[in-house]
Amino acid sequence: MHRFANPTRFLKLARPLTWICFWSGLALVLGACIWGLAAAPADRLMGDTVRILYIHVPTAWLGMGGWVAIALASIVQLVWRHPLAGIAARAAAMPGAVFAGLCLLSGSIWGRPTWGAWWVWDGRLTSMLILFFLYIGYIALVNASSERGQTSRTAAIFGIVGAVNIPIINRSVVWWETVHQPPSITLSGSSIDSAFLWPLLASVIGFSLLFGAIVLMRMRAALADIRVEARLQRLAAA
Amino acid sequence: MKAKHQRLTLVVVAAVALIGAVLLAMQGLRSQAAYFYQPAALLKADVPPGQPIRLGGLVLPGSIAKAADGVTTRFSVSDGKATVPVTYRGIVPDLFVEGSGVVATGRLDAGGVFVADNLLAKHDENYVPRELGNIDREAVISESETLIK
Repeated sequence: MHRFANPTRFLKLARPLTWICFWSGLALVLGACIWGLAAAPADRLMGDTVRILYIHVPTAWLGMGGWVAIALASIVQLVWRHPLAGIAARAAAMPGAVFAGLCLLSGSIWGRPTWGAWWVWDGRLTSMLILFFLYIGYIALVNASSERGQTSRTAAIFGIVGAVNIPIINRSVVWWETVHQPPSITLSGSSIDSAFLWPLLASVIGFSLLFGAIVLMRMRAALADIRVEARLQRLAAA
Repeated sequence: MKAKHQRLTLVVVAAVALIGAVLLAMQGLRSQAAYFYQPAALLKADVPPGQPIRLGGLVLPGSIAKAADGVTTRFSVSDGKATVPVTYRGIVPDLFVEGSGVVATGRLDAGGVFVADNLLAKHDENYVPRELGNIDREAVISESETLIK
């Protein structure tokens, strides 16, 4: 991992990887949306509203995955002092927040026709809303930090502590009586018919690749910022 | 011990303590964080009549009946251990069918009947295409019947 401690070496790999992730992700997402909206069947009970599945599940997965990435990168930053870890953690925050927000929005639109309510304060929805607020808090903390953003330890600790919410979101539908249904995909298999499952898988992989591309773009932008600042300081000193 | 290992130990210890604290808190919240009572829990909880509560469970197959006024629906909610009769005045959600999940907001009356002001349909974790639905519909009802028995 410390091979990539050198930003130049990282950038050499990141530049082509960004575009591979971006274009393959975009192609998969578009393909999955066409498949899901036009070709996949309607659900026996929900009818055509089931098609929100192909947006709702990937956004929920990435909203939670984004915070797991922040927490892991924060641990690497605190323990190993890896110079890129802090930059990676901060780069994942904004796309994570956007996906968590999209998950809440698409879930709300789905809830109205199926449950009969835009919003209910059950365990799953409330814990997901808390995740969204954690993202906002994290972003604010990083921006407010008087230390350079990528070395802020306060933000790293916040990132690790906030991760306790992830297993709570995951288990909320099992621990508590909720309006949201229990998980469909578990270690023992899936209760989603394969006619829905394949386009869903394509959509999840596609959105994940797009997420990766956005994180890489933001990391490269942050590294470029640092370079500009260093150069300006050198010019000012000369 | 190198400084790196010291920091690693510190992070691991902090993480274990944090997860332990959260698990304890969740355990404590267990009953408070539930969105609704299931019928057996409701009867055990001995909620006084008139107190606003939520009741959730499966709509007992064969129990849905429309009253003469055309807007009142009577049905029973079951969790396999107990059954609570419910009356609801208003339009029922699309997903409200026999054997499906339901969450009702309302209160118990003096006779033990749950008077609902609001009905939410609950979707289960199964996604089945419509083409298979007609065959499966019967299966769902018989499945929930066996569950209730």
